[in-house]
Amino acid sequence: MEFLSYLISGISLGSVYAIIALGYTMVYGIAKMLNFAHGDVIMVGGYVSFCAVSYLGLPGWLSVVLAMAVCTALGVVIEGLAYKPLRQATSLAVLITAIGVSYFLQNAAQLIWGASPKGYTPLIPTTNAQGEPNTLRLFGGQLSISYISLFTMGACIVIMVLLTLFTNRTKLGKAMRACSEDKGAAQLMGINVNATISLTFAIGSALAAVAGGLLCSFTTSLMPTTGSMPGIKAFTAAVFGGIGSIPGAFLGGILLGVIESLAKAYISTQLANAILFAVLIIVLLVKPSGLLGKYVPEKV
Amino acid sequence: MKKLIQKIKGLKKTTKVDFATYLGVILAFVIVNLLRTGGLLNRSLTGMLVPICAYIVMAVSLNLTVGILGELSLGHAGFMSVGAFSGVIAAQGLQASIPSAPARLVIAILVGAVFAAAAGFIVGVPVLRLRGDYLAIVTLAFGEIIKDLINCLLVGYDSRGLHMAFNISGSLTINDLGLEPGGMAIIKGAQGATGTTAISTFTAGFVLIMITLVVVLNLVRSRAGRAIMALRDNRIAAESVGVNVTKYKLMAFVTSASLAGAAGALYGLNYSNLAASKFSFDTSILVLVYVVLGGLGNMWGSIIAAAVLYILPEALREFADYRMLVYAVVLILVMLATNNDQLKALAGRILPKRKGAADNG
Repeated sequence: MEFLSYLISGISLGSVYAIIALGYTMVYGIAKMLNFAHGDVIMVGGYVSFCAVSYLGLPGWLSVVLAMAVCTALGVVIEGLAYKPLRQATSLAVLITAIGVSYFLQNAAQLIWGASPKGYTPLIPTTNAQGEPNTLRLFGGQLSISYISLFTMGACIVIMVLLTLFTNRTKLGKAMRACSEDKGAAQLMGINVNATISLTFAIGSALAAVAGGLLCSFTTSLMPTTGSMPGIKAFTAAVFGGIGSIPGAFLGGILLGVIESLAKAYISTQLANAILFAVLIIVLLVKPSGLLGKYVPEKV
Repeated sequence: MKKLIQKIKGLKKTTKVDFATYLGVILAFVIVNLLRTGGLLNRSLTGMLVPICAYIVMAVSLNLTVGILGELSLGHAGFMSVGAFSGVIAAQGLQASIPSAPARLVIAILVGAVFAAAAGFIVGVPVLRLRGDYLAIVTLAFGEIIKDLINCLLVGYDSRGLHMAFNISGSLTINDLGLEPGGMAIIKGAQGATGTTAISTFTAGFVLIMITLVVVLNLVRSRAGRAIMALRDNRIAAESVGVNVTKYKLMAFVTSASLAGAAGALYGLNYSNLAASKFSFDTSILVLVYVVLGGLGNMWGSIIAAAVLYILPEALREFADYRMLVYAVVLILVMLATNNDQLKALAGRILPKRKGAADNG
């Protein structure tokens, strides 16, 4: 039973990673860039949702919708101002710019909201009106799952399915896949490559806002650096599953969450991150393109 | 005299650049020393001299991996960390047997370099099989693992020698090492190294920079260096003419790691307290920024970028809260400006065309 509860908390944590990783992997797939600022967009999403709840008195779900709108705009603006002029530049130049954007967002957040942690009210309160914990009890109360975990897992699956349908069934999704395969050819076929890349950033940033709300519901606190570590982990999750692949990001995120949770429970809290990264290294050495990544043979 | 000028003119362009780099570093050292003895440097600037030296060495060594070998490493701070803590252990452990501080510093830097080289080898053998972004993410992962492992390390020293423990459960403290009453704690887990005798000096930093430059520039201009650069430019072509990929990649990577370790030891012995969290992903990124802004493969560029960008946040101190924001904006603007085609065309028209611009690797 104990194992099962650790497993479930791992899956729900992994669902958050998976949502972030989906954004990472989509942006990487199409723009071929590591968007290091993605983690900080999560943080901005968290703060927007926090402000909507505490200053405007909006309900939790509405605050997340607001955060999604703000983050979408932010993502498109960042892409237009910082990344678009660098389309032809080396990948390192884009990487450094992304780092600059990440520093910028973190420090701007620190100026606006201060460095001290803010208390975040979880989207689904931990206790209900009667003061009982908001959990689902199974096996005669031996196993309890909080509603927020259930909600997170559900949200992750819904997002995954919607994204897969979007990329496989819609015209815009087709354009995205075309751009990620060959930008030049896509342009010749009449696809507006720049608009498609902006759309990808918009979707990725909206997902980051959702992830921000869910992540802060788990940690219940919010700081300017809140997004950086989950951002790095989600990036590892995306690579783990095979970067550029949507099911890969989902699988990588869940596995990463489970590994982290089990390592914390059974091996060592301090070394949980080290174990997580060690597993990543082993997987990449055995399967260099990630779990579900496509192997692309080099042409000479 | 005329003969000498003739001789200098006859040198290869790369040799001239190298000599200018050495000369520039020596000149900078002399000027800074003169300013310091003249009392023209304020306290905060004097305190920054050793870290600047350490970061210059870091930048030059990372440039070897990123600029010359062409592989993106995001875990360079991990090697610095290995060097720093092994150096601190060596320097503190030898306090009784070697009273001379400079001698201990030299030994500590050597120990740091050797341990970091070993770490570089262990990391490099599997990692260098990967390519591009995958290699980047694995170096990042190694950097984080090294940080976490050092966070669990407990080291103490007494008359019976060194004592080490590995705090996996998180419940051990320095008292569990069973040190004798006169013993001293060197590394206290997450607190890091405490009570270290700071023995690093600016002169040592200068000497380390010079050694680093000699090692890196000679490697780059040698047969091995040309093989490494051939791998960067076209791995398959290089392999097909018989360049041993693993050997040369490892050579560059391990050299880079060991120099980072030496820089770490210099850095670590400059402070009485040092936590492993100092060498996080952010530090790796910071050094990478120095390298990219200084110019990939350009050693003097790295030196200048490291020195200027280390001082810049301090110089922006009057903007107080806004300084990191300004730093971020400067970073983005520089990247946008250096990659702007119109600006590049403008620069090409204003500046005279450089002869042999293609061969300054």
